[in-house]
Amino acid sequence: MTTSQQDRALIGHLLRRSGFGASGAQIDAASALGYPALVESLFAPGADPGAESTAPPASLADPALAEPRLDAKATPQQRKAANAARTQAGYDLVAWWLSRMVAAHRPWTEKRTFFWHGHFATSVLKVRSAALMLKQNQTQRALGGGDFRALMRAMFTDPAMMLWLDAAGSTAKAPNENLARESMELFSLGVGNYTESDVRQAALALTGWRLDRASGEAVFAPKAHAAGAQSILGRTAGFDVDSFTDLLMAQPANARFIASRLWFRLGSADPIPAETLSRLVAAYGPDRDLTALARAVFTDPVFTAPAATAPSSASARYALVKQPAEYVVGALRALKINPPADGAAKESALLRAALGGLGQVPFAPPNVGGWPSGRLWLTTAATQARVTFAHWVASVGDVSEVADAAPSARADAVAHLLGIDAFSARTRSALADLAAGPADLVELALLSPEYAVN
Amino acid sequence: MDTLTRRRFLLASGVTGATALAGGAAALAWSDLHKAAAADPLPPGEGIVVLLTLYGGNDGLNTLVPATDGAYQKARPDLAYQPHEVLDVGDALGLNPAMTALHDLWRGGKVAIVRGVGYPRPNHSHFVSMDIWQTASPSEPGTSGWLGRWLDAQPDDRMRALRAVSLGGVLPPLLAGTKTAGSALPLGRFALPRGTTGSALKALGASSAQDCPNAAYAARDTADLFTVSAAFSPILADASTAAGGDGNASPGAAKPGTGPGGKNAKRAAGNALARQLDIVAACIESSVPTRVYAVSLGGFDTHSAEKGTQSALLKQVSDAIGAFQQRIGAGARGKDVVLVAYSEFGRRVAANANDGTDHGTAGPVFVVGESVRGGFVGEQPSLTDLDNGDLKFHTDFRSVYATVLDRVLGTDPASVLGGPFPALSFL
Repeated sequence: MTTSQQDRALIGHLLRRSGFGASGAQIDAASALGYPALVESLFAPGADPGAESTAPPASLADPALAEPRLDAKATPQQRKAANAARTQAGYDLVAWWLSRMVAAHRPWTEKRTFFWHGHFATSVLKVRSAALMLKQNQTQRALGGGDFRALMRAMFTDPAMMLWLDAAGSTAKAPNENLARESMELFSLGVGNYTESDVRQAALALTGWRLDRASGEAVFAPKAHAAGAQSILGRTAGFDVDSFTDLLMAQPANARFIASRLWFRLGSADPIPAETLSRLVAAYGPDRDLTALARAVFTDPVFTAPAATAPSSASARYALVKQPAEYVVGALRALKINPPADGAAKESALLRAALGGLGQVPFAPPNVGGWPSGRLWLTTAATQARVTFAHWVASVGDVSEVADAAPSARADAVAHLLGIDAFSARTRSALADLAAGPADLVELALLSPEYAVN
Repeated sequence: MDTLTRRRFLLASGVTGATALAGGAAALAWSDLHKAAAADPLPPGEGIVVLLTLYGGNDGLNTLVPATDGAYQKARPDLAYQPHEVLDVGDALGLNPAMTALHDLWRGGKVAIVRGVGYPRPNHSHFVSMDIWQTASPSEPGTSGWLGRWLDAQPDDRMRALRAVSLGGVLPPLLAGTKTAGSALPLGRFALPRGTTGSALKALGASSAQDCPNAAYAARDTADLFTVSAAFSPILADASTAAGGDGNASPGAAKPGTGPGGKNAKRAAGNALARQLDIVAACIESSVPTRVYAVSLGGFDTHSAEKGTQSALLKQVSDAIGAFQQRIGAGARGKDVVLVAYSEFGRRVAANANDGTDHGTAGPVFVVGESVRGGFVGEQPSLTDLDNGDLKFHTDFRSVYATVLDRVLGTDPASVLGGPFPALSFL
């Protein structure tokens, strides 16, 4: 590769990791800025007309519209209609977020929110309220670039989270351990940094909260909160949700855990190198600064290093596989398809089927551990789902950049359109057989091994 | 990174199954594939394992219920079943009232229940405990699945991609070996492009020296898609027609099954697990060279309102197994097939404030098949001799695996499990 090709490849790498794919045109525009300025531009304040044009539908924010509540005397028909309305509201929610991911001019905000959605993985299939899922999504968007303490504290009394992990209605007499356990194992510290006794004691600290379904707000009932002291993580005190959050933040494991999780999704699925981990932990710092942490990920020497030539040389380049949401949204962005924010639309059903076949429907992670990563996305069943999606998206998308190129230049044109750094001789030869049909060419390129990696 | 976290990372990232897949294996000629599967059918008498994973931690005490035990009633007054409600299986135990189909099979002597199955120093994390079960490695961090290691030891020939298969999109770690990994079958039909696009796509499955490791893995996966599609397409088309649905439907949107199976098939209608087992049954009847099938059902993490949720899930499990057994049991392969159902842990003996139960320890493992020696294996854990509120296990889960490896797959269990474990009497 020439120097300019290497520079472009690095820019594409950053755009893919900080957003949802990168077309050649986006890489061209970003290349003019240069790498350091491009990283800073991710975090600079500023308007995003794409995000502003895709505000959540008003119906979703109004539980009365989306989720009619029934009394005990409701007829079977009324129940059926109410269930259908809930399901439809869930579809609308997925359609809205996909439309936002595609439309965003500054996709880091959405990518970051998608990261936190996977971190605090909550599913609408159990919560059964699109309005509460939207509220959680907005909290994660608002707090996802600030102090991690504020985000963690908000999640403890987030209504969707309380339903998801059964914290609503947990009492001193018979505490529920679900949120207590996952708040340490999956949200803040990681396995091995707490004991079973810590889980049981922390469950007491989180008792007393219930959900007011009329207002959709968490309400604290002091009488249901465990009185007396708990011993958690070596400290003994009368803990409540605030002081328990502080206790979690005071653990040295917290910085290492959050840094490792961010690196795992945005950097590399390989074990994090020790030097990288200490740089990320330093950036997170005593203020638990999530934006400083993300900046440290995107500027880490292992993140920016060119593709590893020997197994011993650490590099994040191509070290991930595109998550299904990245694959689907990236293809829609490159082919200029703006999906409607209406779950009843035909395109929405197609996109849900594609993401379902690939195993990653937003707002429906498989469990509280979130989605898998790396090569677990590459299965024969998922490849079949990609085949179906690629055929559709190439047939309805804008492939004019490829069509306008001479047949002999079309492989390069499709690489530019989709932001692929370079095709192997194998893929180039396969593409050559389809050069007469621009849509077929785009379909095949979307299925190339080179496009599957991230 | 501590070892446990590292283990999760390895498994979650699929590093486990990746190493070998990046290497080259004999590529299959597209036109030969269907013929190859047809020419190399699984010989009669070769054992077949169907492994059913119940994700979330199934409450064993409300599955195999000690309803007459006063300690059981006292520990979970609002959650307990009464003696007259449960389906009697003797030994003062009863099955959950929803499990009528499995109860029928029990009475026919086709079900063994291994009681109090677990492992030393139980872990209460879903993810760690599931890793332990799937890697069969309770103390040391394991980086490969137990059936993946069995797969590693099989010949790396043209049938490699077909030997172990999971149903659904994402491959469970239990099928990821150190050198190779199982394939994933979609729940709907395969539909590969035809003509020049199809042959161009097939060309993308060739290995290239210019591929990075992840791209090499993706290329290998594309090649596997053609192998698996050729072998399974006719079967999936039949199964899909019989089920009246397409596999891209969203979860819960399954349509009623109208295939063979009579009363039990009707009972299993709209059942996510039954859809998977329908496809497994069709594959077995077609004699594809698959020895291991992995199926699953999630949702067992019943921290609140457990009774309704769990009994609906257990009904799905019971109905699906009943329909599967009715279809397979009478066929030529009836005696070859053994189904094993397990979960990562049971639940706490005492209920919590939300009419649910928190994470616990030992639970029952169900083994079903024509050749299974029906009855109980092992002791029912005591409800009074507890370990910090949790049941004490009696039988190591690796003894279940050892028995299956030896008696069904004809493999030396010690080579897969890293040491000997006493065989159990259910086969």
